[in-house]
Amino acid sequence: MSTATQTTESPELAPVRTESLAELLVAKERPPRPNALQTSLTFGWRAMLKIKHVPEQLFDVTAFPIMMVLMYTYLFGGALAGSPSEYIQYLLPGILVMSVSMITMYTGLAVNIDIEKGVFDRFRSLPIWRPSTMVGYLLGDAVRYLLASIVMLTVGLIMGFRPDGGFPGVAAGVVLLIIFCFAFSWVWTMVGLLMRTEKGVMSVSMMVLFPLTFLSDIFVKPETMPGWLQAFVNNNPITHVASAVRDLMAGSWPTEEIAWTLGWSAVFVAVLGPVTMRLYNRK
Amino acid sequence: MKSDHVAGGPAIETAGLVKTFGDNRAVDGVDLRIERGTVYGLLGPNGAGKTTTVRMLATLLRPDGGEAHVFGHDVVREADAVRSRVSLTGQYASVDEDLTGTENLVLLARLTGHSKKASYDRAAQLLAAFGLSEAAGRQVKNYSGGMRRRIDIAASILNTPDLLFLDEPTTGLDPRSRNQVWEIVRAVVDQGTTVLLTTQYLDEADQLASRIAVIDKGKVIAEGTKGELKASVGAGAVHVRLRDAEKRPDAELLLRQALDADVQLEPDPVALTARVGGNGDLNGCGPSEKASRALAELARAGIIVDNFSLGQPSLDEVFLALTGSPTDHDRTTEAQTKEATA
Repeated sequence: MSTATQTTESPELAPVRTESLAELLVAKERPPRPNALQTSLTFGWRAMLKIKHVPEQLFDVTAFPIMMVLMYTYLFGGALAGSPSEYIQYLLPGILVMSVSMITMYTGLAVNIDIEKGVFDRFRSLPIWRPSTMVGYLLGDAVRYLLASIVMLTVGLIMGFRPDGGFPGVAAGVVLLIIFCFAFSWVWTMVGLLMRTEKGVMSVSMMVLFPLTFLSDIFVKPETMPGWLQAFVNNNPITHVASAVRDLMAGSWPTEEIAWTLGWSAVFVAVLGPVTMRLYNRK
Repeated sequence: MKSDHVAGGPAIETAGLVKTFGDNRAVDGVDLRIERGTVYGLLGPNGAGKTTTVRMLATLLRPDGGEAHVFGHDVVREADAVRSRVSLTGQYASVDEDLTGTENLVLLARLTGHSKKASYDRAAQLLAAFGLSEAAGRQVKNYSGGMRRRIDIAASILNTPDLLFLDEPTTGLDPRSRNQVWEIVRAVVDQGTTVLLTTQYLDEADQLASRIAVIDKGKVIAEGTKGELKASVGAGAVHVRLRDAEKRPDAELLLRQALDADVQLEPDPVALTARVGGNGDLNGCGPSEKASRALAELARAGIIVDNFSLGQPSLDEVFLALTGSPTDHDRTTEAQTKEATA
């Protein structure tokens, strides 16, 4: 097959125009070096282009979240809160946090698949702010998180979710969630660089995400749990994010939970960012 | 350092460069000195350490020992300064296969500080010069091998680099695409860019490079101009197939006398190979002259030759000549041949 395409393609391939090539090469001066923000945004643009060319990858930010809302609302709603429509008022912000936190792991997969490709050598041999390649991924992913949030909130509204915080409260919740996920994704850039295969990335992320999302206050209030579990749940960053988002959407301003969320975000970036870059430079 | 940033210092200078992967000393004390504006060939088989050397020079790998300077800048301590002067075309396409040709070039143009408009203009000009205008809007994954190489090199010269690394630029290409890549490389060199080329093919190094280092098992085993290297190897080999296997001992003797060189008996009972001592002396006694005289000798002795060819020395022959041992993948067959000769 491949040889067949080769032979049909080669003859019609236009010749290289060495004279115009020479003209292009004469210009030797380089434009001024772009700053960190510019290069990060350019890599973010690359992530957008990838979504444009491979739209199937949006499956995980559309179908998966819809499935999560439907499944958990109708499965647990009757048992836990009397009815699905009552439960969804409590559940939706949490399930939003859970779903979006779970899809952060795709960052790790993307990094892991990409890093073996030749194009990374080119990026790494460019005189640019080194972390911008990784930041670009995360910027692209932030767009995906926003998309997932919009999809889930729409489904939620159809199912009877009526947040008291109105649009500003919901928007503030989504913004906080995206900030947290941007920071949390550094876990996956690190794992993506650390693991040798995609499968490795997958299994590590499951090991981390399942306990982290289930052992939180997303499904049930921590007061119903045994004491030792409460200790974990109450200190789980996902619990803080879920509480903060839930309260914001309910129209209040949970200062303490917001502070915890932003604090955890800062810790993730400050600790895992440098670790990721160390691994990136060593690859 | 001896070399400094002023013009005239070498483009690349390494001393005792070492890189180990576990127990494997992939690069084991490489010393190179590459002058500006030249094409330097790094010739060796797979796994010789060519790519590892290039990756260290391109700041992608940190050396475990020794030093390397590119335009006087240390590749570890001044990596950023090195990166702004060099460009790399890796062994595998160093472009994003999911993006189109235009998008790839615009991406790199933006990353090196061009405005949006300038980036699109530059991309369009480069694509036109490389004969890729029609494929500009197609994803690179749908390009043919030759087209990939072109877009790859186009990406490397988006900003005219002072030093271009070409890591096996024609491996896996058909002869036609290969020639086109060579043309591009010559055009780039004409503009004053220094090129470090790695290759497995002697003829490629011959076509493009002015100086060549032969590298094996992480060490430079020979270095010099093309002429020097060839003289040390011999110009080529005559392969002869006889009609009659019984005549082979006679033919061997005749060839040895006529060519004044080693004759190897091939596993095939009617075939022999003789290396032509080719200092390529100017007085009418070049390798082909010698070979045709030797063949005439065979005819005169009534030995019928079914088929013959005069080949450039292959990389294996270069290795045989330089190290006395063939490249790994041929070691067994060569050993048998040697036994047969002995």
